[in-house]
Amino acid sequence: MEQYTLNLLFVGATFALYIGIAIWARAGSTSEFYAASRGVHPVTNGMATAADWMSAASFISMAGLIAFGGYGASSFLMGWTGGYVLLALLLAPYLRKFGKFTVPEFIGDRFYSPTARMVAVVCLIVASVTYVIGQMTGVGVAFSRFLEVSNTVGLLIGAGVVFMYAVLGGMKGITYTQVAQYCVLITAYTIPAIFISLQLTGNPIPGLGLFGDHVSGEPLLARLDQVVTDLGFAAYTTQDGTPSSVINMTLFTFSLMIGTAGLPHVIIRFFTVPKVSDARWSAGWALVFIALLYLTAPAVGAMARLNLVDTIYPNGTNEQPIEYEARPDWIKNWEVTGLLKFEDKNGDGKIQWYNDKSDTFAATAEERGWSGSELTVNRDILVLANPEIANLPGWVIALVAAGGLAAALSTAAGLLLAISGAVSHDLIKGQINPQISEKGELLAARISMAVAIVVATYLGLNPPGFAAQTVALAFGLAAASIFPALMMGIFSKRINNKGAVAGMLAGLLFTLIYIFLHKGWLFIPGTNSFPDTISGSLLGIQSTAIGSIGAVINFAVAYFVSNATEDTPQEIKDLVESVRIPRGAGAAQDH
Amino acid sequence: MADQSTNSTQAAEAEQGYWQANLRIIIVSLIIWAVASFGFGILLRPLLAGISVGGTDLGFWFAQQGSILVFLALIFFYAWRMNKLDREFGVDEE
Repeated sequence: MEQYTLNLLFVGATFALYIGIAIWARAGSTSEFYAASRGVHPVTNGMATAADWMSAASFISMAGLIAFGGYGASSFLMGWTGGYVLLALLLAPYLRKFGKFTVPEFIGDRFYSPTARMVAVVCLIVASVTYVIGQMTGVGVAFSRFLEVSNTVGLLIGAGVVFMYAVLGGMKGITYTQVAQYCVLITAYTIPAIFISLQLTGNPIPGLGLFGDHVSGEPLLARLDQVVTDLGFAAYTTQDGTPSSVINMTLFTFSLMIGTAGLPHVIIRFFTVPKVSDARWSAGWALVFIALLYLTAPAVGAMARLNLVDTIYPNGTNEQPIEYEARPDWIKNWEVTGLLKFEDKNGDGKIQWYNDKSDTFAATAEERGWSGSELTVNRDILVLANPEIANLPGWVIALVAAGGLAAALSTAAGLLLAISGAVSHDLIKGQINPQISEKGELLAARISMAVAIVVATYLGLNPPGFAAQTVALAFGLAAASIFPALMMGIFSKRINNKGAVAGMLAGLLFTLIYIFLHKGWLFIPGTNSFPDTISGSLLGIQSTAIGSIGAVINFAVAYFVSNATEDTPQEIKDLVESVRIPRGAGAAQDH
Repeated sequence: MADQSTNSTQAAEAEQGYWQANLRIIIVSLIIWAVASFGFGILLRPLLAGISVGGTDLGFWFAQQGSILVFLALIFFYAWRMNKLDREFGVDEE
């Protein structure tokens, strides 16, 4: 069967499955729409959370980041998993006990302040909208590469499917489609990885193969260090391990962790389980399902990098590279997309690929008659090209296409639900019309969901130039504003309304201004006052890592302002007491 | 302990004890969490340089895999320990 037909078949079948689930899991009440009636099994919720959390960035980009970032890219691995420890220990059980529907609702009630609730709504919407743009563009790219339709058509089909199950089913529909999407994406991710690990190390488990021996006999990582340093690149296992970057790596990892724990679309998933004890277990199960991919990703990264070097230098890195005319088919396929480029700078018809920015390697390159690296590889293609690099059959390629789409769609749906909940529950019911009926609110939730999808689709079609920069913003906001507010709300009875609002605003503004100072005001190029590098930055901290400092400022300001102003009222102390004790979570369900 | 909850001061004291026990478990868990990731994975990596694992050092393993396994163990330990604590203090969900 032709590759195109296979792709169409796999993607079509998975989409039909998602729509089938949407029709089966329609939501009839606001409790079903916002929290799936709190009837989701903890393991099921763990799986849905894994799909909710693992976006196009985890599925497509992360292995590429690791392949080219080596040790320095470990921040992503630790940061995007370590947040679940914070979620399980510090937030999820208590917020489940609180028993309401949205994150801003907790902040508004605990700090008895509509202002605090609105600050949280703004942070939630900015963080979620910036995040959803990336998912929508990912859907468009996957469609155009695998189904040969234009970006626009692909994006519209994807948006149509999300519309079906998110508007009809709300949290209930999203939960069960996310379970299906998790199964699709994890199969798609692991199958090529298993084959590549077998080819390179003989070990069927990629995570073990990474620390095992290469078929040549020497350890895989030692060989990788050797071949990349032969070409002037930094050694893979020590890349970016210098003292100044170590401080930044620590702060960046910490920002990703508290950002992960503070992202509303992840937190609301824990509102769907029946009990407080289920919320604790469920966080563990979520990390089990996430770890299946995250333990494989570093192996995929290292093996892809090694495969790439071996493809270009089939006779070893001290010999001549491959002739351009003799390049394998997968390089030809990806050249068409423009994501992989060859430019014969010295006109010898061979593909020289090395680090032409290394001063120490420049002499060797000149001696060999090389005049610049001739291959540019977009790091996002590694996972998608993996099955082709390993010569796997066509159905594996089709499966990877379906997996990439599943990762993007499941995260998009979770984000859209968080946005629509903030609009219909916090803005409309909480501020504009508190008397709205249950039916009216459900309709409002559906309409806000539909509007959110239209806006996200529009932004996906016309991504603002700064889209790639905004991931730092989403994590920075969640880390500096939402996470500290939630944690103080649970662990302190003393933080009052004034302290919380002052703390959130201080953390938010500090983080925002610091990011703008380095990436340009509103991300407009050229308006930045400092270069976005470690050595050039204002505090010696890169803007991507600043969320952790913003969080510390939030905690400090909230503490001092609260202590300088009046104590919290007794009913708030009682609220905190009740959130800390699991007993009675069932009663709180009657909203 | 559940039958004592009729007495409100005793119940309040039990809740206080429950919360203190919870905080101790959280603090110990978070110390392990930080040592496995920021410690062994990043800042203390030079100390582990002598221990080699599959062509590199133990610090690299912690940064790319070990920390994730420690996180997993911590969450399941916490869930198990807290569910037990809930019952000990009679604050579990019926």
